[in-house]
Amino acid sequence: MSVHWPPIRFTVNGEKREVTVPPMKRLLDVLRDDLQLTGTKEGCGEGECGSCSVRMNGELVNSCLLPVLQAAEADIQTVEGLAPNGALHPIQEAFLQCGGAQCGICTPGMLMATAQLLAQNPHPDPTAIREGLAGNLCRCTGFMRIFESVVHAASGKLADAAAGEAPHAR
Amino acid sequence: MPQPAATTRIVGAPVPRKEGVDKLLGRACYVDDMEREGMWYGATVRSSIPRGIIRSIAFDRNIDWSEFTVVSARDIPGENHIHLIVADQPCLADGKVNHCEEPILLLAHPDKHKLRDAVNAVKIEYDLLPAIFTIEESERQDVIVWGADNLLKSFLLEKGDVDSVWADAARIVEGEYHTGAQEHLYIENNGVIAEYDRETGVTVWGSLQCPYYVFKSLKSVFDLADDKVRVIQTETGGAFGGKEDYPSIIACHAALLAMKSGRPVKMVYDRIEDLAATTKRHPSRVRHRTAVDGDGRLLAIDIDLATNGGAYATLSSTVLSRATLHSTGPYLCPNVRVRARSWATNMVPFGAFRGFGAPQAIFAMERQMDEIAAAMKMDPVELRRRNFLHDGDMNATEQVMREPLILEQLLDRALAQSDYRAKRQRFARENQTGAVKRGMGIAAFYHGSGFTGSGEVILNSLAGVDVTSEDRVRVLVSNTEFGQGTNTILTQVAAEALGIEYDRVTMAPADTGQVPNSGPTVASRTSMVVGRLIERAGLQLVSMLREHAGLGEKYTTEEFFAACAQYRKTKGEVLSKCRYEPPPGIKWDDEVYHGEAYGAYAWAVYVAQVAVDTVTYSAEVEEFWAVQEVGRVLHPVLAAGQIEGGIAQGIGYAVFEKVVWQDGRMANNQMTNYIMPTAQDVPPIHVYFEQIPFRYGAYGAKGIGELPHDGPAPAILNAIRDATGVAFNSIPLLPEDLFAGLAASPLLQETAAL
Repeated sequence: MSVHWPPIRFTVNGEKREVTVPPMKRLLDVLRDDLQLTGTKEGCGEGECGSCSVRMNGELVNSCLLPVLQAAEADIQTVEGLAPNGALHPIQEAFLQCGGAQCGICTPGMLMATAQLLAQNPHPDPTAIREGLAGNLCRCTGFMRIFESVVHAASGKLADAAAGEAPHAR
Repeated sequence: MPQPAATTRIVGAPVPRKEGVDKLLGRACYVDDMEREGMWYGATVRSSIPRGIIRSIAFDRNIDWSEFTVVSARDIPGENHIHLIVADQPCLADGKVNHCEEPILLLAHPDKHKLRDAVNAVKIEYDLLPAIFTIEESERQDVIVWGADNLLKSFLLEKGDVDSVWADAARIVEGEYHTGAQEHLYIENNGVIAEYDRETGVTVWGSLQCPYYVFKSLKSVFDLADDKVRVIQTETGGAFGGKEDYPSIIACHAALLAMKSGRPVKMVYDRIEDLAATTKRHPSRVRHRTAVDGDGRLLAIDIDLATNGGAYATLSSTVLSRATLHSTGPYLCPNVRVRARSWATNMVPFGAFRGFGAPQAIFAMERQMDEIAAAMKMDPVELRRRNFLHDGDMNATEQVMREPLILEQLLDRALAQSDYRAKRQRFARENQTGAVKRGMGIAAFYHGSGFTGSGEVILNSLAGVDVTSEDRVRVLVSNTEFGQGTNTILTQVAAEALGIEYDRVTMAPADTGQVPNSGPTVASRTSMVVGRLIERAGLQLVSMLREHAGLGEKYTTEEFFAACAQYRKTKGEVLSKCRYEPPPGIKWDDEVYHGEAYGAYAWAVYVAQVAVDTVTYSAEVEEFWAVQEVGRVLHPVLAAGQIEGGIAQGIGYAVFEKVVWQDGRMANNQMTNYIMPTAQDVPPIHVYFEQIPFRYGAYGAKGIGELPHDGPAPAILNAIRDATGVAFNSIPLLPEDLFAGLAASPLLQETAAL
């Protein structure tokens, strides 16, 4: 028995993509299995840990909770889209300098949450940083180095670059 | 013996994390990011009961089983047990089960989405046997579930004669303390990929801490020679001890499926399975009886320590050992008795978790110190100060403290940084009226670095460095990176010793086919023990190049690699390996638990500021100060990150993380209802290091990784005692527990009457 699924089109990291998959397939699985974008991670599969966070149409979403159907015609950014040429984005540079990544498994989601936060609030205060990252669990760092990374990313030129780097948001 | 250089170029500098760029770009390759040609997926059929005999196994006819590979205990070519300390845990249950979630059958299929229905379509019937779940049920010995007496392990540590003291003591204080299980909650679940080839044997890639542990288990389960087993660690998304022993099980399972199916097989647990089926921190019950003189000096410490080990022995004996050796705190006491026992139950087996028994024992001791202070109407700070160990003192195992010991200095710094005294006074005043009661709590403690006693000698670790013909220096160790910084610190140490740039040094893959066995990545041993081996191997390589390849006293990186090329031409492989040598004078008697328990100790004083809301019954940690002496700090950013991360886990252990049990199985096995601290829950954490280089550690380093998990729980509960006047002796302490304890307290009634 073969089912012919209708193609679903969306933009990922600035590139137009089309997939022919069951419409209830999780966006996370489409990114990882069909598009080989394995930077986005699964931690819990129920929207609690935020490891699968991606940005979609200017919002931060848990790709493990999102049927790909809902991503039709959407503009999606994953961690791979932060540094399209392999050179670190200022947010990534800040995480590297400040020790914001340890085991690295929450890092792609944490980076997307930070990008989202800084796009909306280029100079977040400590409370705003905590709120902005509250949906992303890190078990290694105790969050201190991550907060510092965000502050560092938000300082000076980094902030402008970070805010400017929501290029796929419409 | 070469001494650590007075000044270093790379050690102590905040160099970039070695694998940091790959992690930040999302291209670091975790096991679930990998695929192998023709790969199938594996799943596990598990016991739904805590104890019983398997009567029948039936396969639902609605599933086309011809598509699946099914593995049972009968398919195991070698021994049906997981190689660890005691050979009691089957790889697959054979006829009987001893805990819920015990693996019984394995299934593989090319489509991972077909596995869940298939697992549910295997119907197993059991004849139930009586099951036990608590320490109390196990020690009653009415139902024997393990060995002859349910006792997985016991220790008796004695110093002096505690029974000679009770009659004349100014005061005797008794207390009973409980700690709950704790889930590691690494964000990457357990997972492996296995391949089997009749000629080359078994190869496993996986998320794991100890490649050679997995290697040994595979050898015995498959009855294979050393050269037919290969284990390769993939990028590992957190571990905390949770990937010390469990990966051996999932690796054997995937490899059995690979053998029978003839396909590479990936097994990656989802969160629900990982939480339900894998290890957690041992629950404990610790009873203290302490005698003090009129000045608050400790005269006798008598401890009865019990842990719940679960259904199989796993690492319970070594966890109990570390609990025993950390149970009396950083204090001088002439008379000590510690009776420690680990009891078998029908719980999912407990295992290694950061701190490894020490957090349980230290929680009890440091809570007990505050109760002693209360009984003596003394300041808890002063009580501790009067009893601290000093250089030359003998601890509970009569190990003479030979390192400089600066507990007073750590304490004074912790008090100053936290503004402890002024805050206590202010809170005492404010607490009289407000509904929010604040308090300050303290914990003083140590953590032994490396394996206990003769453990490092038995491990006999071998590590080295080599230089490839492409001018690449490689660190050769089986020690693994899982976030804590192994890659970075070991390449720093190698670069320092070799006198070349950090960027020129890489890690060889943690692949048993390529690296020697430098021991497991556990027990806060990587910096101190393995780092030292790399330091020695590096210095030895420089000597070799000077002797045989004309390397000068001073040299550039280019001259170094030119000398390597010269050496390769005349002598062959540019390789330097070193084997572990214990520091001199280490004597340990495993029978009576006497002597040098650890080569070195890290020391710490932690302070917690906690606010208890007597309306909502929340206990919020508002701020945290951590002062420690861990020898030389190899990397300031990574070291601070280790301390902060450990403290956050310790805060979770104290006031957030509760495993709810049902028939010995975790009932709240989702991130939705097992709650760890989030970005909004963790308070500002202030970290300070005092540095006293340890002469037998890598450039002076001691262990650091486990230490920070030891202190938060007692400091927080001591702060709650300070805030409320109520002694809470069990963790996790959740709002409902606070409610129960405060409801009866005069404090609350006074506030309610206001």
